[in-house]
Amino acid sequence: MSAGALRIVPVSDREIQITRVFNAPRTLVFDAHTKPELLKRWLFGPPGWVFDVCEIDLRVGGAYRYVWRKPPDTVMGMGGIYREIQAPERIVSTEKFDDAWYPGAAVGTLVLTERSGQTTLTNTIRYESKDARDAVLKSPMESGLKMGYDRLAEMVE
Amino acid sequence: MNAATLDSVFAALADPTRRAILARLARGDATVNELGAPFAMTQPAISKHLKVLENAGLISRSRDAQRRPRRIEPRRLAQANQWLVKYQKLWEARYRGLDTLLEEMQRGASR
Repeated sequence: MSAGALRIVPVSDREIQITRVFNAPRTLVFDAHTKPELLKRWLFGPPGWVFDVCEIDLRVGGAYRYVWRKPPDTVMGMGGIYREIQAPERIVSTEKFDDAWYPGAAVGTLVLTERSGQTTLTNTIRYESKDARDAVLKSPMESGLKMGYDRLAEMVE
Repeated sequence: MNAATLDSVFAALADPTRRAILARLARGDATVNELGAPFAMTQPAISKHLKVLENAGLISRSRDAQRRPRRIEPRRLAQANQWLVKYQKLWEARYRGLDTLLEEMQRGASR
């Protein structure tokens, strides 16, 4: 897989995986995911949104919280707890949006592997229920959300 | 679709009973009684779910005054779908931003 392409695939009935290659060593990619001043430079919201709150307590059991804001008064927040941290290669954390459209929380496993100066990022998101996965998977993001459902009825079955 | 509408659509879709109701309506219009049959729920509870779906614009009532069958409104689901496509674009944009940041970090480190 070449640098730059975003790939999203299901890996089990409740897991989807996002893969992306970066032209940088993994220590930098790890830092960019765990230092608020760096995260704020790229984890932006949709156009018109401001990345307002980025708090990280990088230890097992520690919490993180992100809030994006769209003036004048629309807010989108999410957060979770770190379950595993192995710098610079692996982070397991829960994630839940304040206004989740799927039930329960999800667990994200971020794995960084380095080869010849390039880092492959693999983010596997496991949903608590199949319903939640389906809601997300049928979207293009992850879901958040990968797409391609013409028949809308499938989205709800 | 504005954020408030999207919120109501996603909130409506977040409930398994409501998704099941939508799945049933995707196969054809149905009355409140027909919709409630598969669930161990009182009719007021089913009606409450229908109200949420209706407020989100995901279903409507047909004109048949006697039975008042509900029908699905696929356009609203399609709008939610469009939002999700944007979400993928968002991740692609974020990672392009991360590419730029990583380049800067590497230039800084080599100085």
